Amino acid sequence: MKMSALDRALILVTCLLAAYQIVVGIDQMDSLPIIAYTIAFGVLLVAGLLFIILGFDVLDSPVVVIVSTIIPLALAMGLVHQHIASLRTPYLLFAMIGFLTVTLTRSTPMQNKLPVITIAIVHGIAGMTIFLLPIVTSIQGETHPLFSLVGVGGALIGIGGLLLSFLKTGKPILSRENILRIFPIILLLMTACFVTGFKYG
Amino acid sequence: MPAIFNKIKLYIPLIKSLQTGLLLATGVAGYLSAHIPFDIPELVGMSVSLFLAISGSTIMNMWYDHDIDAKMKRTHKRPAASGELSRNEVLGVGVTVSMIGIGWAMMIAPLFGIVVFAGWFFDVVVYTLWLKRITCWSIVWGGISGAMPILSGRVLAVGHLDLVGILLALAILFWIPTHTLTFSIKFREDYANAGVPTFPSTYGDAFTRATITISSILAAVAIGWASILIGLSAGYLRLMAVLTAGLLLLAFATFRVQSERANFGLFRYASFYMLSAMIILAMRAF
Repeated sequence: MKMSALDRALILVTCLLAAYQIVVGIDQMDSLPIIAYTIAFGVLLVAGLLFIILGFDVLDSPVVVIVSTIIPLALAMGLVHQHIASLRTPYLLFAMIGFLTVTLTRSTPMQNKLPVITIAIVHGIAGMTIFLLPIVTSIQGETHPLFSLVGVGGALIGIGGLLLSFLKTGKPILSRENILRIFPIILLLMTACFVTGFKYG
Repeated sequence: MPAIFNKIKLYIPLIKSLQTGLLLATGVAGYLSAHIPFDIPELVGMSVSLFLAISGSTIMNMWYDHDIDAKMKRTHKRPAASGELSRNEVLGVGVTVSMIGIGWAMMIAPLFGIVVFAGWFFDVVVYTLWLKRITCWSIVWGGISGAMPILSGRVLAVGHLDLVGILLALAILFWIPTHTLTFSIKFREDYANAGVPTFPSTYGDAFTRATITISSILAAVAIGWASILIGLSAGYLRLMAVLTAGLLLLAFATFRVQSERANFGLFRYASFYMLSAMIILAMRAF
């Protein structure tokens, strides 16, 4: 499906938001969250630019599954480091092992369901962390209520990830055209939620 | 009046507006990277003189290369190649615009003028007149020429040649193969028809792609080093690192995958990368 000018404009705004977040949105944090969020928003930025340059066909590349794991893992790692001090090291190990396992299972030919199970576990844990942690800390009054927008962004990234995963496995929830039609909007809303949420986090 | 407008309409394609705009942006970024008190007249003078000098050299290219351009699908509609403008007219416009641009640059500051003239000389005399039809290594001289605008902006701002200026020039010099070699892979038939030696036709695709990867790494090192010396804030350094990582990944992908698509992606990304890098360097001034 050809990318329209509006799609490109939406993705460009997404890229600008991601660039803004990298430059000013994470300045006051510790080293590890800065690195984690730079990686997450950096992948989002470069991926967005590649969408603009090459169109939606980029999604057909086998590398996409591996690269798209980086965003939720890095975001979740940064959030845990900032808000659950006791889980910093275990979560760092989970993120590293999770990413390596996804990379290995996706780059070696396998007949069993291990690659799918690995993706489901890694994305599931990271996605739930991004979705729940900001909402729980907001409800408990530990963070500003608007920090819960990061959780909304997490939900949106989850929806986008699910739609694409089912599409890739050949059992799409929506048609490819519909998924690609809403994809730039989801991407922009998700990034806007993250940027606004982190401003108050 | 309509006759004048028609003439102007024919002259505009002579200056390759995108390429000239990008080179001018590097000059402005080089100037702003020095973070000196804002001197609007000097900045405007620098921009206009540089624009004229770059445009002049581009027009001279079009004048000399009209026969090559006529044989290439991509360029055969250019005014000098298609015969819409006579060769003598293009030469006259090229010499006039070049002289005004370089002369103006000399009047602003002699060192700035010398660097601007060096860029014009390497492009017109060494690259176009001498080496382009003989060797594929001519692109090195084209690269040196392309590196002069950013160096000229920097020397005008700081008043002398410094390490940052040299690093910025090296960044452009090493970036240019990423741009031109991906271009020569994409339009290989055009260049073959015109008999212009290129890296792909001389050394093959694998060597060309390896050269692209190595030059991308060197460009990244040079621009990263310059960014640190310039004193970019941590936020802008992070952004530069992210964009550079994208360039390096695409360069490696082009080397490994060897597909037209990856090649095209790198070509477009490289242009975007350089423009973004220039904007980030210029932000130092604000």
